[in-house]
Amino acid sequence: MAQRIDVKDLDVYYGSFKAVADVSMMIEPRSVTALIGPSGCGKSTFLRTLNRMHEVLPGARVEGTVLMDGVDLYGNDVDPVAVRRQIGMVFQRPNPFPTMSIAENVLAGVRLNNRRISKSDAETLVEQSLVGANLWKEVKDRLDRPGSSLSGGQQQRLCIARAIAVKPQVLLMDEPASALDPISTLAIEDLIAELKNDYTIVIVTHNMQQAARVSDRTAFFNIAGTGEPGRLIEMDDTRTMFSTPSVQATEDYISGRFG
Amino acid sequence: MTTEPTTSTPPPAREVARPQRDRAGRVFAGLSTGAGALILVVLAAVAGFLLLEAWPAITAPAEQLSRISWIPADGSLLTYVGPLIFGTLVAAFLALLLAVPVAIGIALFISHYAPRRLANALGYVVDLLAAIPSVVYGLWGGLVLAPLVQPVWQWLSETLGWIPLFQGPAATPARVMMTVGVVLAVMILPIITAVSREVFLQTPRLHEEAALALGATRWEMVRMAVLPFGRSGVISAAMLGLGRALGETMAVLMILSPGLTYSLALLLAGRQQTIAANIALQFPEASPLGVSALIATGLALFVITLAVNMLARWVVARRADFSGAN
Repeated sequence: MAQRIDVKDLDVYYGSFKAVADVSMMIEPRSVTALIGPSGCGKSTFLRTLNRMHEVLPGARVEGTVLMDGVDLYGNDVDPVAVRRQIGMVFQRPNPFPTMSIAENVLAGVRLNNRRISKSDAETLVEQSLVGANLWKEVKDRLDRPGSSLSGGQQQRLCIARAIAVKPQVLLMDEPASALDPISTLAIEDLIAELKNDYTIVIVTHNMQQAARVSDRTAFFNIAGTGEPGRLIEMDDTRTMFSTPSVQATEDYISGRFG
Repeated sequence: MTTEPTTSTPPPAREVARPQRDRAGRVFAGLSTGAGALILVVLAAVAGFLLLEAWPAITAPAEQLSRISWIPADGSLLTYVGPLIFGTLVAAFLALLLAVPVAIGIALFISHYAPRRLANALGYVVDLLAAIPSVVYGLWGGLVLAPLVQPVWQWLSETLGWIPLFQGPAATPARVMMTVGVVLAVMILPIITAVSREVFLQTPRLHEEAALALGATRWEMVRMAVLPFGRSGVISAAMLGLGRALGETMAVLMILSPGLTYSLALLLAGRQQTIAANIALQFPEASPLGVSALIATGLALFVITLAVNMLARWVVARRADFSGAN
């Protein structure tokens, strides 16, 4: 179910402001790709173009192509809603639906696609997804409690369960652990390592150690100055990026000399 | 909700500033407590007044009451007030039934669908509806709306006449409960819309994005994130509207052809009457005991409104865990 994403010459605009310029990259299936860079460098914006979530803001648009297994996600006949059903997303702050129970949260995306799901299928799917998100043991006795009754780290894993319940091709994560404590962060990182067996994962992170720990490939974004668009500086295997990057700016950023 | 932890040993540097800050805090605490207490005092005073003034009628012997022309022959206050309570509830709930879906629709359009400039203009127009005095609504309802909707009610009674609600033939002129319901609905529309709109705008962006990222269309996003989040607020808004509809006097008085029955027929004249309109209608020519009887009906209205509000609060509180407030 994991698929390759091929981004070619992508520019992202908010109105007349060019936020990200000229990004080309290949995202391999069944791997973790980390996007790193200083604040405002456009890495989150770029991540959101991969499932067309940036279009939620009025005036946002892109130029260039994003191919998922050869299909342009920005083709004229492609519905952004359909794209988002293929490409799941986990946000910086956990956002389970507060009015839904834990089980309903997991099923939220499935119910959009397929309203008639039998009770036993639903139960199986809830269990599968929660097991997949390493949350089953903690919540199996209180599936009918509100999602907001969980701790922050549990809520974030619930959100991951919700995202994988629809069996997406790709999972996008926008700083998924930045609002969590170290133990919950570790739980999420372990989970990412397991999930990459089944999914293509792209993760934005501010935490360099996290990028080094969880990712196979790392992409470094940077901006020349305020008002300038963010650019992809370089992308390579994570090991190479963190030991012998080919661009000086990457080395400066990774070693903490700026940014 | 959470109390500030009290520090047992304040740092010495702060001690100089303390007395003045304490005084301001005490004044503010006193003022807000006073305001809170005032509302309770006013409520108790109103209840006390109603009870005191209604007492003569409540305790009066039946043959004394039956001498009042508009009280039924058996001289029972309950037989008199029953149909009035019934009529009041029918009018208010009919108005609510008509207004709430429209109000939610307008509020959603303003908060999530309309382009910003149109949304602002529309919000302003809706607020303006609230500024029209109820006498004007009454005039408009009786002179303009009633003749206008008569053919519609006619058609309704001909096609759906087998339902007791729409029993025909529809009265001409249409001084009937259905017309009153429509006018009351227009009157309570602004408050319900305005409150709902504010609640919908408060929906956390995170929840909306969660729905969109799962592949929800805009309507599905509204259903998954906006409506559940706004549910308790919309119920509160509806209760505000219901309160106004229950107590509305002039518009009902000027439109409805009154009657004291337990009839659900919305298209027939002379079937129902509301408490507030009835008081206004009978008050000028009532004897002292008559006034007392009318105030007793006012007491009934007071109790109904209170009960409806408490019911609404209970509905909201029942699922407080899932409200999104935590």
